[in-house]
Amino acid sequence: MSKPRPDGITPSQTVGPYFKYGLTPNGEYAWNDAFTSNLLTSDTSGERIRVEGTVYDGDGDVIADCILEIWQADAQGHFSDPQDAHAPPNSPFNGFGRCDTDKSGGYVFDTIKPGVVPDADGKPQAPHILLAVFARGMLLHLYTRIYFDDEAANTSDSVLALVSSDRRATLIAKRKAGTNNVYTFDVHLQGDNETVFFDV
Amino acid sequence: MTLIYPVASNSAHPARLSPAYRSSIKRTPSKPLIPIRHTLSELTGPVYGHETVRKHDNDLTIQSKGEPLGERIIVHGYILDEDGRAVPNTLVELWQANACGRYIHVVDQHPAPLDPNFTGAGRTQSDAAGYYKFITIKPGAYPWGNHHNAWRPAHIHFSVFGHSFISRLVTQMYFPGDPLFPFDPIFNSVTDGKARARMISSFDLENTEPEWALCYRFDIVLRGRNATPMESK
Repeated sequence: MSKPRPDGITPSQTVGPYFKYGLTPNGEYAWNDAFTSNLLTSDTSGERIRVEGTVYDGDGDVIADCILEIWQADAQGHFSDPQDAHAPPNSPFNGFGRCDTDKSGGYVFDTIKPGVVPDADGKPQAPHILLAVFARGMLLHLYTRIYFDDEAANTSDSVLALVSSDRRATLIAKRKAGTNNVYTFDVHLQGDNETVFFDV
Repeated sequence: MTLIYPVASNSAHPARLSPAYRSSIKRTPSKPLIPIRHTLSELTGPVYGHETVRKHDNDLTIQSKGEPLGERIIVHGYILDEDGRAVPNTLVELWQANACGRYIHVVDQHPAPLDPNFTGAGRTQSDAAGYYKFITIKPGAYPWGNHHNAWRPAHIHFSVFGHSFISRLVTQMYFPGDPLFPFDPIFNSVTDGKARARMISSFDLENTEPEWALCYRFDIVLRGRNATPMESK
């Protein structure tokens, strides 16, 4: 078979309402999960954290058929991908997770606080996790970033600096009172508290 | 080789707000997205997942004791980047309705029969040449509540990764000549006709297996192209 010369990329279409048995069966369907929402292994180094939250639509209603994916560096700031020249071989930390929302619109990721990764000019970025959001009603997924409210480096992060100060808080996970490792990060697809999404 | 991801390529995608697709109205940001320069976070991506692929996960017709009902088909093609280069060893996930247009998902209440021998989930990885292949059942069309007498054209959902977190693609593969195309707001959310055509598989007689299964060809083109070569020092 010959390979064609592409005249453009394949367009995105919505993930729809019925992805669960294929993408996030999690024991509820007879299919194995390629990915889970727990990125930790016993030998993962770094500060163990939980990031949890709720996904809302423009009416403020929770979205119970959403799928979230995260991608992040390890605690040393290296990605588990050979395209990162500093990628550690055989790292126990893969940096990718997938979670669907429950009937309350909630999600939970167990992971580690990522290290520092350079920005496009080589300057350090504040620790952050990339988040992709897919759902019925979304013809193309959205990208945002999860930062952390206890990181002083947020004030010098070149991506956060592009965001107006009144919307910056939508990108910053808040350490949950009474815990020392649980962060809350809600996603609002639309409305007054609309999360900042990035055009990448 | 360093790949770049020109944002202009995203113009092939649907507008996020496509009011004819009603669910998009409350699930689309009202404020403009903020452009950022790509950093290592955007330019890298998961290079695994395929270790979960078992030997027969790309054959949806042998996952149960009996054979599923419906028209057995082969769906195959290449995963490519924008330059037409193969995307090797990348995870390809697939899910679909059965031959009657019914998903096993508990939320699907379309009054068409479930098939005890068909789950509708599959998984494979592209080989070194970017090639992938599934054996499955041709899915049926099904009604949905978007508008009066709304029917989705038969389609297979695909999820593909590629070289970076921003080459990630979830799409739907359609079948050639479907009479429902003009009426489907999801298909028509892609406004450029050439881009829309890239979501339609082609009938592949050459790779149809005599006495066994029709074949459809579906190439998937992901974001990513070679950076302009620099002058050597």
